[in-house]
Amino acid sequence: MDQAVVAQDIKRSDLLDMYFYLRLTRSLEDRITALYRQGRIVGGVYTSHGMEAIAVGYASALQPDDVIAPFHRDMGAFLIRGFSTGEIIAQYLGKQTGPTKGKDGNVHMGDLKRGIIGFVSHLADNMPVAAGAALAFKIRGESRVAFAGTGDGGTSRGDFHEAMNFAAVRKLPVVFFCTNNQYAYSTPVRYQMAITDVVERAKAYGMPGEIVDGNDVAAVYLASRRAIAKARSGEGPTFLEFKTMRMHGHSAHDAATYVPRQLLDDWTTKDPIVRAEQLLMQLGYGDESYFHEVGERAKKDVDAGTEFAERSPLPEGRETLVGVFATEDEVLP
Amino acid sequence: MTTATAAQETQTTYVDAISQALDDEMRRDERVFLMGEDIGAYGGAFKVTDGFFNKYGEWRVLDTPLSESGFVGAAIGAAMMGLRPVVEMQFADFISCAFDQITEVAAKNHYRWGAAVPLVIRAPFGGGVHGGPFHSECPEGWFFHSPGLKIVAPSTPYDAKGLLKAAIRDPNPVLYFEHKFLYRRIKAILPQEDYIVPLGKADVKRPGRDVSLITYGAMVHLALEAAEMLQQEGIELEVVDLRTLIPLDKETIYASVRKTSKAIILHEDNKTGGIGAEISALLTEECFDCLDGPILRIAPPDTPVPFSTPLEEFFLPKVSDIVAAARKLAAY
Repeated sequence: MDQAVVAQDIKRSDLLDMYFYLRLTRSLEDRITALYRQGRIVGGVYTSHGMEAIAVGYASALQPDDVIAPFHRDMGAFLIRGFSTGEIIAQYLGKQTGPTKGKDGNVHMGDLKRGIIGFVSHLADNMPVAAGAALAFKIRGESRVAFAGTGDGGTSRGDFHEAMNFAAVRKLPVVFFCTNNQYAYSTPVRYQMAITDVVERAKAYGMPGEIVDGNDVAAVYLASRRAIAKARSGEGPTFLEFKTMRMHGHSAHDAATYVPRQLLDDWTTKDPIVRAEQLLMQLGYGDESYFHEVGERAKKDVDAGTEFAERSPLPEGRETLVGVFATEDEVLP
Repeated sequence: MTTATAAQETQTTYVDAISQALDDEMRRDERVFLMGEDIGAYGGAFKVTDGFFNKYGEWRVLDTPLSESGFVGAAIGAAMMGLRPVVEMQFADFISCAFDQITEVAAKNHYRWGAAVPLVIRAPFGGGVHGGPFHSECPEGWFFHSPGLKIVAPSTPYDAKGLLKAAIRDPNPVLYFEHKFLYRRIKAILPQEDYIVPLGKADVKRPGRDVSLITYGAMVHLALEAAEMLQQEGIELEVVDLRTLIPLDKETIYASVRKTSKAIILHEDNKTGGIGAEISALLTEECFDCLDGPILRIAPPDTPVPFSTPLEEFFLPKVSDIVAAARKLAAY
């Protein structure tokens, strides 16, 4: 992102906050991966390593009462919405203090009070759901926006297309995104679709679309902010394709030997944290010692979170039976 | 006769009872809105929402694209934000397109992360109307096995209205299976005042001491007809109308079978793995000591619902099936 544009369009404090959340996301997911390698986390670990700028960028562009239906590599969105590292690690450890109290694992967490719709493994399922949230905002005349996405693979599912179509027909205040990280588990984009750019799908629904450098947090933030502003002003949905690369396997168990080494090497130089640091230095907002200090702050947060999660109790087995049905007081007003 | 008395004695059809429930709830609660195919200006394939579009406008009576998964998903999202969507499946058969949204998203959201989904999906189901394999299905069995959903299947205008109101007021996803064979075939005088029929309560539609017949939906009327015939030969059939399949009113089922010691389960969904199988298993687990004969099931064969009249007549349960089963059990 051109530094002059950034200097003019993004507040310094916002940019510095985004940098902190990039570092916090990286520290947290590195810790979660380490805990997995030690055998202390069971189940899947899907990280956003090398893609942190997407969730940090878009979540920073939203207002607190907007609603997010994240992709499963959007840890930054949870952190920005106030999920503590302790709660999140507790979730991965299956502890009672995690947002789902052990009912679900890893990034499958949500909280309507904090505006995050819980992820569903069936990719793109939450895109019509987010369109419905936007429909509720429109019916009630609220100035709120829904923001929802999936991966390149998820755009092959019918729910992606049904959501895009419905939102466009009804001009709903929703922004859809695709994290195009080039692989759906082991399947490269060329076996997923006959087009190169996912954004082409938007044309079929009469929806404006934009390709965004997903490794540039400033670019993600600004593109999201434009799309959100359009949605909020009644101009309807926008589709954003965040181009990036999945730098780890699909899940922590996957060595991703099917990804050409050269491709990973090329993308290593585009690491979003390195890119953000370059930008901050160009703007004179930060230097090496500042970056080190932020890194230490993030690590301390994750250390405290790990301790909290490890001290937390596991749920009792009989908790299995609790919560199949809701009670009236749990319905949002 | 005074005008007031005449109004009170107006007969309401099953389909009008459903329309009245929707109208009442939309008037009572501005959070309630409708979504579905052709429900707007056209008033719905069965005219359940006739006139609603003009009365409530295009944002409370939404015509949707032909995409069941998409609009059920959207209804889930709106419900989580605090609205009370009532979705119409044009035919219950098409609910298969939305299976994933219903079973994976709506049914699991509260259990997984505490999000209430106050959603109703109305689904006109059942045969006897020459609809063929794609317009006659009874798909409730698919959902009976999915924790997190409530399932309702009324048999009378009174229950249809009261159960739909209760479903709309419930904070959970409720599948409301309305039998289209009954739409204009049965009528009743309904109370003028607001009432609900609580979810999870079965109703003994006809008491009897000899054999319990447990059923729901249009089959209730077949059972009542059979009960009348059996009465002539001195066999008293007790007809238990489940009304709600989930939560299942086990107490009423057990109480009836403990009284009669004999049980038949009748449904229009095909036999294998159906609701009858579950009730039969429950009775074996809970009422084994009081049974005087085998638990019998009457249900269509394991085929799609065929189109041609003789085929569909063969497929659907008949009064004679019930009479034969009751005679067989009464002999024990």
